[in-house]
Amino acid sequence: MRYLPLSPTDRTEMLEKIGVTEINDLFSDVPTTALLKDHVDLPGHMPEMAVDREFRAMAEKNMPAGSVAFFCGAGAYRHYVPSTVDHLIQRGEFLTAYTPYQPEISQGTLQALYEFQTQVAQITGMEVSNASMYDGSTACGEAVLMARRASRKKKAILSGSLHPQYIEVTRCATKFTEDITLINPPSVYLVDDLIDQIDEETSCVVVQNPDFFGNIQDYTKLAEALHAQKALLVVVVTEVVSLGAVRSPGAMGADIVVAEGQSIGNGLTFGGPYVGLLATRQKLVRTMPGRVCGETVDADGKRGFVLTLSTREQHIRREKATSNICTNAGLCTLAFTIHMTLLGEKGFRHLARLNHAKAVQLADKISGIDGVEVLNKNFFNEFTVALPMDAAEAIERLADMKILGGVPLSRLYPNDPDMKNRLLVAVTETVTEEDMDRLVCALKELVK
Amino acid sequence: MMNKQGRPTDINTAANLSPGGVTTHTGNRGLEQDELLIYEIGDTQRTGVDLEDLPVFESRLGGITRDNEIGLAGLSEPEVMRHYTRLSRKNYAIDMGLYPLGSCTMKHNPRINEKVARLPGLADIHPLQPISTVQGALDLMDRLAHWLKTLTGMPAVAMSPKAGAHGELCGLMAIRSALDKRGENRTIVLAPESAHGTNPATAALCGYKVKSIPANKAGRVDLPALKAALGPDVAAIMLTNPNTCGLFERDIIEIADAVHAAGGYFYCDGANFNAIVGKVRPGDLGVDAMHINLHKTFSTPHGGGGPGAGPVVLSEALAPFAPVPYVIHGKDGFEMVEHVTGGAESFGRMTAFHGQMGMNIRALAFMMSHGSDGLARVAEDSVLNANYVMASLQDIMTLSFEGPCMHECLFDDRFLEGTGVTTLDFAKAMIDEGYHPMTMYFPLVVNGAMLIEPTESESKQSVDQFIGALRHLVTQAKLGNSALFTGAPYLAPLKRLDETLAARNPVLRWRKTD
Ligand SMILES: Cc1ncc(COP(=O)(O)O)c(C=O)c1O
Repeated sequence: MRYLPLSPTDRTEMLEKIGVTEINDLFSDVPTTALLKDHVDLPGHMPEMAVDREFRAMAEKNMPAGSVAFFCGAGAYRHYVPSTVDHLIQRGEFLTAYTPYQPEISQGTLQALYEFQTQVAQITGMEVSNASMYDGSTACGEAVLMARRASRKKKAILSGSLHPQYIEVTRCATKFTEDITLINPPSVYLVDDLIDQIDEETSCVVVQNPDFFGNIQDYTKLAEALHAQKALLVVVVTEVVSLGAVRSPGAMGADIVVAEGQSIGNGLTFGGPYVGLLATRQKLVRTMPGRVCGETVDADGKRGFVLTLSTREQHIRREKATSNICTNAGLCTLAFTIHMTLLGEKGFRHLARLNHAKAVQLADKISGIDGVEVLNKNFFNEFTVALPMDAAEAIERLADMKILGGVPLSRLYPNDPDMKNRLLVAVTETVTEEDMDRLVCALKELVK
Repeated sequence: MMNKQGRPTDINTAANLSPGGVTTHTGNRGLEQDELLIYEIGDTQRTGVDLEDLPVFESRLGGITRDNEIGLAGLSEPEVMRHYTRLSRKNYAIDMGLYPLGSCTMKHNPRINEKVARLPGLADIHPLQPISTVQGALDLMDRLAHWLKTLTGMPAVAMSPKAGAHGELCGLMAIRSALDKRGENRTIVLAPESAHGTNPATAALCGYKVKSIPANKAGRVDLPALKAALGPDVAAIMLTNPNTCGLFERDIIEIADAVHAAGGYFYCDGANFNAIVGKVRPGDLGVDAMHINLHKTFSTPHGGGGPGAGPVVLSEALAPFAPVPYVIHGKDGFEMVEHVTGGAESFGRMTAFHGQMGMNIRALAFMMSHGSDGLARVAEDSVLNANYVMASLQDIMTLSFEGPCMHECLFDDRFLEGTGVTTLDFAKAMIDEGYHPMTMYFPLVVNGAMLIEPTESESKQSVDQFIGALRHLVTQAKLGNSALFTGAPYLAPLKRLDETLAARNPVLRWRKTD
């Protein structure tokens, strides 16, 4: 077995040293009825080449985004990740290190985290960031719990144009806590009357920008109304590339920003692993969940970095911790920060504009199809389209033509008849003009 | 001093400097290079990407634009390569040496797993593309589920939890849902003193109060104390097995029976499954729910703190409450249930999309490579290595509890009494010997805990060298050479870091100064 270095001789010598005769003597504490006599009923070990073959066979049964004209988004976006990123994150010193508990021999991971936290704070327009959450959706649930701690109030109000799965995750995360979550119905046309719902019991309002349907909003007034009630504004961003072009949540007065960071540095991978971002104001850091990296000095006075503020965390505070999170999204944060460093201010802004420009191009083309309507007044790189037919059916037929044409909203709102004909279409820098024309042509055929 | 070639032996002599003087212009020492922050190297003008030119277009951002500078530092590609390569060299890693971090299972990370995880057919698929276009992905999830259920002897598995702690939450939410359905309002979760911090933190997130169960002299749950604590208000026990002292809970079946008899559920923390995989099925022990850290037992890389994955196996009684989504076999292939619809008892959704597919791929590759025979060997060799370490050190270090141990062995700081050396000092001196320290000060049931987990990936030579290093350090401590420890590490990229300062005055990001 290629992964197991002990030889039969080694094993014999070691058992002798231990003073037992056979390996099962070391399992003597296991109730005899429970110690298996035979191997479990699964296949035996396999050569590497055979494993490779099995996975290729599974992979071949999927339709990879890169092989088709591709327009899916809804919280997971296909961007081009420079080759350098994947090369660097596969360095064994990063890939095969644990959480940096011993800072003297973990400065690589720690400094990268410190740079990551700075980048996240900058793009969200906030003061500080933690070292990541599992993903955007779980970060959203954590933000609601954090808002309760920070405001000492329990009622969270969720916008109906928040990603429906983020709503579900938040509902689930607060199911057995003392939080009350008020959930608005979905609204494709920005009709939330969130300000009217705020009262003295409100801990926070959670909104998304651009929202799930692609609309961009300025939440400044909402922030003011919340602050007047000593409540918090939580802004969710599922497409972080938008932050290179759209006004930052910080500039609108957000108190907590959570985001899905997958777009930067991380591939689609069928939904995970991704990287949750959580940024806030300096004064709220002690209510924040998750690990955080801070600057300090070593015994010689040299700058260095450590995990800090751990008195918030489960290993110190146990049942009083701000969260139960332990392992987070380490390597995905590294991919994020490397990609962001490659982009820099210039690249990040250009990337954002390029996404927007291509989305505008496609929206104009789609608007030209008879019977098809783009519902957004404004948008970043994703918008909602109304078709004169069932959108899920349209998507299946497009897939037959090697076009993954977007996400039918019925996939996320299965019981909402209003959503049946609607399609969410995303356009990133990876989409070519030819891809767009193929989609537009195919749609014309379909709706004829 | 001059060497055999008649040249100076150290840089201070060569440069006519007194020892400890500034030795190099750069501050670097050969291959040991200092590295500035990206913000101190790059600027907002530089970039490491070339993007296509913008087409002519009219903005549709509704005027809600970002106009001020963000302040992001960019670097060109060669600078990026160098920055992160230099940083990487300041990390210890399993690829460099034995990583005896108890409870963390730092084993070899096979690269075939990385390779297959990057196949476009697996890496480049969107979570919401039509189900008909991802049949291979669902097949993979279904296969992994089958392996997990078979290895644990449990009938169901929830695949979406993102790490161990998330899996704990999944298990406890299923338990609470089952109790709610029975109309029972139980308020307490029992957990041994030795429990990992995530256990009580998770219980609190489910609205439970945590009651601590003491350990007995043998390092196991004190059965009479447990029985006394059980009652109609106890929802569940959360028990790690093998436990965090590295010991198999001998009374586990009796514990499970007692908990069940009192109407509660048995949550098993499966972080230490490595010791028993392929040898013992938790389902045979009376477990109702158990998470499996794919990033421990099944070797998905730790990546400097994740990502992980924490699927949860569930008993028949808890299976109906499992979160969405899950894969089912439909008439035309695999289907996915993504919504909780009318009458279903699922407690909801724990994450957007479907969980940690990238980790599922790697874990399944690890399992298939080993097979049922190899996985049993994994457990045996990990237990053998740990017992060998224990047998080779117990004459000079103080073993907390009598063996045999499972995949890790626990020492405490009694052997350091009177030496002026603490567990922390001892751990830092291991760094100078070229090792990552063991887990220290956990579990909390002994003083100055040192929890050593060598894993099955270590050869006998490697373990022997490690034992040699520890014996050397213990001897030095006992000889009174405390300076070797209290100032350690001496040879790492940085000296000991001031963690108090970091916490007192949190500086969590770079800021422009001038
Ligand atoms: C005993 C035990 N339980 C739970 C956990 C939490 O697992 P994770 O870090 O994957 O959330 C750990 C990991 O450190 C552990 O050692």
